[in-house]
Amino acid sequence: MTECMEKTSEKVLTKGNYAIANAAVKAGCECYFGYPITPQSEIGEFMSGKMQELKRAYVSAESELAAINMVLGACSTGAKAMTSSSSCAVALMQEALSYAAADELPVVLVSVMRGGPGLGNIYPSQGDYNQSTIGGGDGDYKLIVLAPSTVQECADLTYKAFYLAHKYKNPTILLADGLLGQMMEPVEFKKYPYPEVDNSDWALTGAKGRRARVIRSYAPKAENQCEFLKRLHAKYDLIAQNETDWEEINTEDADIILVSFGSPARNAKSAMRKAREMGIKVGVLRPITLFPFPSKRISELANTAKKFISVEVNMGQMIRDVKLAVNGRAQVELLNRPVGTPPSVEEIVEKLKKESGIV
Amino acid sequence: MAELTQVFKVPESIKKGSKFSFCPGCDHGVAVRLVAEVLDELGIRDNSILVASIGCSVTLYDFLEVDSLEAPHGRALAEATGIKRARPDKVVFTYQGDGDFASIGMAESLHCALRGENVTAICINNTTYGMTGGQLGPTTLLGQVTTTSPTGRNIDYYGYPVKIAEHIALCDGTAYSARVSLDSVPNIKKAKAAIKKAFENQLNGVGFSFVEILSTCPTNWKKTPQQAHARVREEMMPVYKLGVYKDITENN
Amino acid sequence: MSHIVIDKERCKGCYLCVDECPKKLLKVGESVNELGVRTVEFHDPGHECLGCAMCARRCPDIAITEVYRG
Repeated sequence: MTECMEKTSEKVLTKGNYAIANAAVKAGCECYFGYPITPQSEIGEFMSGKMQELKRAYVSAESELAAINMVLGACSTGAKAMTSSSSCAVALMQEALSYAAADELPVVLVSVMRGGPGLGNIYPSQGDYNQSTIGGGDGDYKLIVLAPSTVQECADLTYKAFYLAHKYKNPTILLADGLLGQMMEPVEFKKYPYPEVDNSDWALTGAKGRRARVIRSYAPKAENQCEFLKRLHAKYDLIAQNETDWEEINTEDADIILVSFGSPARNAKSAMRKAREMGIKVGVLRPITLFPFPSKRISELANTAKKFISVEVNMGQMIRDVKLAVNGRAQVELLNRPVGTPPSVEEIVEKLKKESGIV
Repeated sequence: MAELTQVFKVPESIKKGSKFSFCPGCDHGVAVRLVAEVLDELGIRDNSILVASIGCSVTLYDFLEVDSLEAPHGRALAEATGIKRARPDKVVFTYQGDGDFASIGMAESLHCALRGENVTAICINNTTYGMTGGQLGPTTLLGQVTTTSPTGRNIDYYGYPVKIAEHIALCDGTAYSARVSLDSVPNIKKAKAAIKKAFENQLNGVGFSFVEILSTCPTNWKKTPQQAHARVREEMMPVYKLGVYKDITENN
Repeated sequence: MSHIVIDKERCKGCYLCVDECPKKLLKVGESVNELGVRTVEFHDPGHECLGCAMCARRCPDIAITEVYRG
């Protein structure tokens, strides 16, 4: 595996987890801190060897609590740092993510979802859409959330996660699922395509020749906290304006639009092609950024489409954001699997046939 | 007339114009000053990064002219690990209370010591959660009355207090573990020497260095500052004995 | 001659320094600072101060800001 990772100019067959890890290294990740959990353990395994080989920082942390807090520490110096984990263990990290959002630290967290709640199981899932986009930490904060749908995107969006985290000084989640983490596809590892972000005006470096810098969230005075939250949310508005990203196919004339992120979006696209052959006017909208969510575009499409179907591997989480965007102007339905493999192509086609009156 | 020599001044590492927010007579202020004096004497203030913790020490960054990161409760040594691994050339230290260090943060503290992270940790032991109003903490003594041990700490309900410096000394990655006190001026001098040693060790790259400081909480103990120091001597020191529990540099 | 400088606005009135001075040159004064504290005052008419800085080292608030020996 390590050998084929060295080839950067051509496609290699690799697992989603390895693609993420390798892309992180190529993005210049200086520090990895982690704790094992299925289905993402390959990331830490890869990093343990590679980071030491490159004389970069690697720590097998004593817990996910420690791992994410080590990332906060490293990020406070302006370093590119990350951890990776899954569902019930990302739950442990919520406190630190809230601190990182308040401290405006460029934390990168790779979250490879498995079944929950609780220990759940190790099957793929999208049960942490809410955990990622709404969050479980305290207070009014937002994390940038990127959702890959292919192994190639696992690599590409890892690059982007580091870039956006540093550009906006905001914790960023790469939200994959167990299916993407474990599946193999050909991937091309391009050169890190983003500019390096200058952090010399805020990073902790030792207060040499300047006043000391303090990275803190504690705001004992309410008026200071009001100002801070307004500024923080102005940043979120800017992120929404600049970075909202989605893929859209055949939506212009679509009566029905399948909205799906991550691995189930693959089946949604296949089902769309089959349904089109049957004359059903179907389109697909695949959110790539879950925060910021492509609400504006969905709202525009609600002027022409009659129905939106949210295809998810959970009990229906993203559907709430779709409904908010549609705002009652079209029907919104859920097609889901609670956990495990995504709704099959056939299942989606059947649903589309039923909705179009073709039985 | 003999020439005047200045033998005491406000340390350079203390933020200009800052005033400590601790209660009257609280030894936190002495501990902060000692850290500042050591940073001055070693000339490391402008190459240091402080990780502040949660508790009465939370606003330490308002008092020290040092680049600082605020860690969530108990996680200071995880943050310190991250900083040191990212920037090994920086002097990295934590300043925590006993609740932060040895209750909610015990895992982070012990594992930082076990890994032998080349950082310095200062822990204030005042046998209570001071900031929240004097509840039972990990170091609350047997028999001690707090707001959550109204009839005194008993073993059945609360278990035993932790002897932090001894536990840290057991970790193979620990270079130095000492317990000092601020109850008297001679002990304050010894405390400063221990803090200095803990920073020098980091500069020499020998591993995790730890100083537990017996301190007072006159407000929550409901004692005068003078009575509080008497309690440190009479009740705390017999259990939390002063001394150096580990020093791998001793024979060099 | 040896002496100390007190920043009265820093004094919180714990009076630990009063007990510490070997020559008993510190006492609780009459004036009150912004905190509402009767601050410590230094009286050394007989030039007894040793410049030992015991008071400053004891003070938890760096209210004794300077000590001179000579």
